[in-house]
Amino acid sequence: MAAATLVLEDVSKSFGAVRALRSASLTVQPGSIHALVGENGAGKSTLIKIVAGVHRRDGGVFELNGEAADFSSTAESKAAGVAVIYQEPTLFPDLDVSENIFMGRQPGSTLRIDKQRMYAEAAALFERLGVAIDPRRPAKGLSIADQQILEIAKAISLDASLLIMDEPTAALSGVEVERLFTVARQLRDEGRGIVFISHRFEEVFDLCDTVSVMRDGEYVSTETIAETSVEAIVAKMVGREVAELFPKTPAEIGDVVLDVQGLTSPGQFRDVTFQVRAGEIVGLAGLVGAGRSEIARAVFGVDGYSAGRVSLNGAAVAKQNPRSAISAGIAFIPEDRRKQGLVTEGSVARNVAGVIRTGLSRLGVLTSRAENRAAGPWAAKLEVKTSALDMRAATMSGGNQQKVVIAKWLVTQPKLLIIDEPTRGIDVGTKSEVHRLLSDLAGQGMAILMISSELPEVLGMADRVLVVCEGRITADIARDEATPENVMHAATHRDGHVAGATHSAAAGSADSQEVTA
Amino acid sequence: MSTLTQAPTTEGRTYPSYSRSLARRVLATREFAVIGLFVLVYVFSTATIDNFSSPLTLYYLFLDNIPILLIALPMAAVIVTGEIDLSVASIVGLSSCLVGLLHVDAGLSMGAAIGLALLAGVVAGAFNGFLVAYVGLPSLAVTIGTLALYRGIAEGLLGTQAKTDFPQGWKDLATAQLGNASPYPVVLLLVAVLAVLFAWMLHFSSFGRGIFEIGLNDEAAHFTGVNVARTKLTLFVLSGVVSALAGVYYTLRYGSARGDNATGMELQVIAAVLLGGVSIFGGRGALHGVLAGVLLIGVIRSAMTLEGLTVNVTNIVIGALLVASVISTSLLAWFATVRARRASGSRSGPTTAAGKRSLSN
Repeated sequence: MAAATLVLEDVSKSFGAVRALRSASLTVQPGSIHALVGENGAGKSTLIKIVAGVHRRDGGVFELNGEAADFSSTAESKAAGVAVIYQEPTLFPDLDVSENIFMGRQPGSTLRIDKQRMYAEAAALFERLGVAIDPRRPAKGLSIADQQILEIAKAISLDASLLIMDEPTAALSGVEVERLFTVARQLRDEGRGIVFISHRFEEVFDLCDTVSVMRDGEYVSTETIAETSVEAIVAKMVGREVAELFPKTPAEIGDVVLDVQGLTSPGQFRDVTFQVRAGEIVGLAGLVGAGRSEIARAVFGVDGYSAGRVSLNGAAVAKQNPRSAISAGIAFIPEDRRKQGLVTEGSVARNVAGVIRTGLSRLGVLTSRAENRAAGPWAAKLEVKTSALDMRAATMSGGNQQKVVIAKWLVTQPKLLIIDEPTRGIDVGTKSEVHRLLSDLAGQGMAILMISSELPEVLGMADRVLVVCEGRITADIARDEATPENVMHAATHRDGHVAGATHSAAAGSADSQEVTA
Repeated sequence: MSTLTQAPTTEGRTYPSYSRSLARRVLATREFAVIGLFVLVYVFSTATIDNFSSPLTLYYLFLDNIPILLIALPMAAVIVTGEIDLSVASIVGLSSCLVGLLHVDAGLSMGAAIGLALLAGVVAGAFNGFLVAYVGLPSLAVTIGTLALYRGIAEGLLGTQAKTDFPQGWKDLATAQLGNASPYPVVLLLVAVLAVLFAWMLHFSSFGRGIFEIGLNDEAAHFTGVNVARTKLTLFVLSGVVSALAGVYYTLRYGSARGDNATGMELQVIAAVLLGGVSIFGGRGALHGVLAGVLLIGVIRSAMTLEGLTVNVTNIVIGALLVASVISTSLLAWFATVRARRASGSRSGPTTAAGKRSLSN
């Protein structure tokens, strides 16, 4: 049997006083897809960075294809056949696709780049991967999925023996994930070793052969996928049994809180009508790019719409005016935490007090003291992990940042909470905290509109699932009837009628007339 | 945990408000470094340069720097949002010409002429602000354009002539001292009042928090309910009207309305603001640092002039100081990231590392 593609044994790494890795181990065989799982902060990223040449290990064994390795730069690691594909690759947007692949090693002589050959080679790569990307198109405007394919093409052209994919699917839709997996399996069959990092277990079980678990910088276990279960892995990751990942408890459903009528925005969504009631969690499911986030943004008023009406508790909400939405009682937690959710360079206190700060002024004077006093208890309530209220949000983990964003909006005591991808990129422990929180909030009568690309999350949390396909709501499925099959069917078939759909759009509008009359 | 929707009581975990001690928060800042340097240069000049400590030196130092002090206030706010206003000196010239034309030629009272000049400042600032905030053009390009436009209008209005026939009482107001032989001009009171108002706006109001948020992340500010466009428009209008006010002062102080008044002053203002610790990328800065920055440059100029050094030498020194301050900012930022990385392990690393890696491909 050939030497293992990658062997890491008892690897340790400290940053100052912090021990990121105590004794991490990972062995990847050629021709296998190896899942690496663990909570955020378990040390996965550090381990990957050692392999990628970003960090150097303090101790332990590191072998690549049977030879001892120790990289002091990413270039060395790349030359040795390691390719890392990140969640959101950074490409040169104005260069074309082929130039991005062959950057720094374009075919041709020193003075001239042989463009024809470059295009031909790129086309051959894409054909091998079974994807249809024009080698001459600029990288600008490629979807994240295509950008990742580009990185993979680059890795293949470098003949990488080890491919590391760090949460590649976080921003992909179902179809794109499938295509990525097809490519990954093909690379596996060519005898390459693949490391796959993901928080989504169904993907791990779908794609991988072997799974290694890390916790607190230490190796915990390695098992073949066939011999383990989600529960067993989760238990190993958190070091305790997690009773239920999606603990939605039934809540009393009250009056209609949010009423959206015929919302239309050309090119984004069309004739969107739905209600969310007090105590109800409505899940907005669908493929990435179907228009779910756009609908949420329009309701909250960060984007405009050309026709339709939004009202909250019967009162109209002005369009394209987030302030008016906030004062009406709408809170919106956007999908992109770092860009939209919070000011990462701002302090915890100013982020949490960001929406309500006008009310904190005394005689027109707003002080840090008032902000701290308002923010502290909410940060504590959500168990935000920070050493002080003036710490920048950028220094915190994704899960903690998400808690800050949630705190920032709960402070406003909203009637309706819109939450877009509530648990994207956060670890299992925090994930179930967020789920429990949403469940509690609904139990106290808050109306919640939840957008999620994770089907289990939607099915586990939502009282009612609305499915969006190509900018239209194609199904309205009650909790009891919702299955992965009928939700996915509605998400991919624009005019498909879904078995088990309880409310039709017509019934919805009848309801609303009653309320607005 | 039962009443999540209600404001929590103080039970449970509490956090300290600050991660650093009061002394470090106050002393270990860019602003304090500038203030310290100012004091140092001032004390040193007083001790070593003849006549530097005389009230008259200080008096002229203030008189010369009042327009810069004034314009630096709104400029700091504009730069904190990540924008810039290069047209301020041209608005000074425009307002100066208008005061001259309206009072001397059109025979309006000084009060009316000044009022209309200020109104012109509002309009000029609003035009900048509209193009930047609502049309979405980059402020650098817009205000380079209006720098030429407003200066062109000013010189077109007056040509090469100067209007000098202003009432003595008004001219005296611009140069009057607070008390006999005091080094403080009366106009300094106006600067003080405006400084307090701008400090309130920038550091002690909800509007000011929005200004910083726009500079750090305008998209997140928008999602938080900050009216980004209106905030920027407001700041450009303030910049315009305060520049017009500086133009009025400039005219009265020198008793002369000319189209080329205050040419090039925009760069003096911006230099002082940046020296005072405001980040050109937006999101960072404080008004006390800005005021210290203006005074530091003023003291250096004044001291070197008294020493008989030429303007060229003075400019070289101030230029070197600015470059050094920019380098020190980068160095401090680099130290901070190194320390943060040591302290927090790899946590803050992933995005930057990923970005760098792909770029280096």
